[in-house]
Amino acid sequence: MNVVAVRAEGISKCFRLGAAVQGRLTETLWHALGRPVRSLRGNGTPRREFLWALKDVSFEIYEGEVVGFIGRNGAGKSTLLKILSRITEPTEGSFDVRGRVGSLIEVGSGFHPDLTGRENAYLYGSVLGMRKRDVQRKFDEIVSFAEVERFIDTPVKRYSSGMYMRLAFAVAAHLEPEILMVDEVLSVGDFTFQKKCLARMEQVATDGRTVLFVSHNTAAVSSLCRRAYLLDKGRIVAAGAARDVVGQYVAANQAAQFIPIVERQDRRGDGSVRVTGLRIENAAGGSISSSSRLKLTLDYESASPLTDARFQVTIHDAEYHPLFLLDTDVEGGLPDVVPARGTLMCVTDPIRLTPGMCGLMVGVHQRGTLADGVEFAGVFDVEPDGFFGGRMPLRSEAVAVLHHKWALGEPDDAS
Amino acid sequence: MTPLSSATDNSLAQIVRGDDRQPPSSTRLHGRKGWIASYQEVWEYREVLYFLVLRNLKVRYRQTILGAAWAVLQPLALMVLFVLVVEKLLAVRSEGVPYPLFAFAALVPWGLFSQSLTLGAPSVVQDMNLVSKVYVPRLLIPLAAVGVLLVDFLITLAILFGMMALYSTAPDLAALVWIPSLTLLALVTSVAVGVWLSALMVMYRDVRAVAPFLAQFLLFLTPVAYSSNLVPERWRVIYGLNPMASVVEGFRSALLGTSPPAGRMLAASAVVAILLFGAALTYFRRVDRIFADVI
Repeated sequence: MNVVAVRAEGISKCFRLGAAVQGRLTETLWHALGRPVRSLRGNGTPRREFLWALKDVSFEIYEGEVVGFIGRNGAGKSTLLKILSRITEPTEGSFDVRGRVGSLIEVGSGFHPDLTGRENAYLYGSVLGMRKRDVQRKFDEIVSFAEVERFIDTPVKRYSSGMYMRLAFAVAAHLEPEILMVDEVLSVGDFTFQKKCLARMEQVATDGRTVLFVSHNTAAVSSLCRRAYLLDKGRIVAAGAARDVVGQYVAANQAAQFIPIVERQDRRGDGSVRVTGLRIENAAGGSISSSSRLKLTLDYESASPLTDARFQVTIHDAEYHPLFLLDTDVEGGLPDVVPARGTLMCVTDPIRLTPGMCGLMVGVHQRGTLADGVEFAGVFDVEPDGFFGGRMPLRSEAVAVLHHKWALGEPDDAS
Repeated sequence: MTPLSSATDNSLAQIVRGDDRQPPSSTRLHGRKGWIASYQEVWEYREVLYFLVLRNLKVRYRQTILGAAWAVLQPLALMVLFVLVVEKLLAVRSEGVPYPLFAFAALVPWGLFSQSLTLGAPSVVQDMNLVSKVYVPRLLIPLAAVGVLLVDFLITLAILFGMMALYSTAPDLAALVWIPSLTLLALVTSVAVGVWLSALMVMYRDVRAVAPFLAQFLLFLTPVAYSSNLVPERWRVIYGLNPMASVVEGFRSALLGTSPPAGRMLAASAVVAILLFGAALTYFRRVDRIFADVI
């Protein structure tokens, strides 16, 4: 049943920067009055700046497909979703969406701080397209999903930001549209809640609903989606199986690692801690090869000493499959309080990885919330070596190797 | 669990500098709906309207001491002011009706209109999130702002009936026809003004300053504190171009038996109200499509 659920044909979106079309009426008047003067001076009309947030984007998504859109900040992912959910109109092109759409661009937009959790749940539910009786029916489920039972009749302005987001997501998660469009909203709240959200998303995806999932969390895209599009500067630059597209995205981003981490702007988290340096090397010196132990050095700084801090570094392969997680939240990890700035060092066991590219992703959490996060914080190449005295398999054959022994047994061994 | 997990994508868009091409004007859209379809959609989203009205009602008087009494206190205070200034100082005649009643009967529909101006205008801008982060028919936002005022209107109308009982005044049966139809005229005018100004304010924030001023200005151009009898006969039609002039005069006449608005004045008002309504919806519809980009 290959029925097209979403079709986009040559969608482009242009924003004009700094022009006086909108804004105050007087600005518009001044602009009009000033025109003859400017043309006398010979500069003509001022140079206008246009921003093509999307350029000629076309695709088709079939019913029941779960499709990811990935790309860096500013690639046009969010604009695309806003167009498809009719929040904004494309400058050019056309689109067709068949089915009841639920779109989550930003969780909790529509919440009013003075209303209680209960009142907001109903209001937000209706804004997202749920019927009052649907909200009624699922209300208990929503409240327990959000873990706000005790505060449901408290105005949400008294909620912690975590509770606020949990309630908002809980309402959204119980939306049952035919086509679900999700923008980066899985990443709210703390660890356990995120896990819950992801599980919920997976459930929606396996329910046979059409899902458009926008993210730069490539791990989530490759686990949730079968197909993906890669956007860059407003264009689709790659399309295909999610795994392949994610791989291309990672490869394209390897250029980013040449920017020192301290200068990287595309960070996430609340910024209370900053990772200012990240180096990975062979603990024994020289280039990294399959039998190397890795030595990781991480510099960080913050305004005040860190309490309950957790540093994590993920080592992933070129297709963004996580391989190892180096986590300070282990026995003998970090003390409860660490100084405001410092350097962490970590030495691993031999990695036993097959030759190929690996990437690093770093995240710092403080008291369960993300303080700083950088993707593609570094890459390294694993070179082949005579680790187990044989031909080193290719990355496509195996990701890791292990020591093993073979023996030749007797065919009719009586035992 | 990956180390990166939080925050939203704050799109720092790529900037294309020095590109002088105008954005092309040819737009082909399947997503765009026709007049009828878009009002059908407003109907489909009626529950949102209900919850928005409910929200506006709750939010307006939450964390206030006097609560909903404010709905009544405002016109009552104006009435007292008019009694002191207009009746006592200026000695304006009130056609034999007790002046407080004369003024309050006018303040009931006037309140609906003037509040539509001051509360309707900023409604869309205040609900920015409902415009730029989620899709609901935007028309619901100013409608919800005016919808709340209808509740205020009913409360003040009840107070008016109470006052009439105190003064032992009873309307005749014709009021049963007049009051609903004049209320409809007031509502059409109020919705028109609220919808129009709310869209205009998305484009031009000047409206924020203009709306309360306009409300004050029109208060003097409407026979709230005085009778339209004071307006020379030949100016009545022009005077009736303000639909609220007929509404206010009609309200008073239907309930208190003062002289009714001239037929021509009433006709002018109805025509203007309908034109205003059509123009407001047309303008709103036109700028609705760029709301999210401009707001």
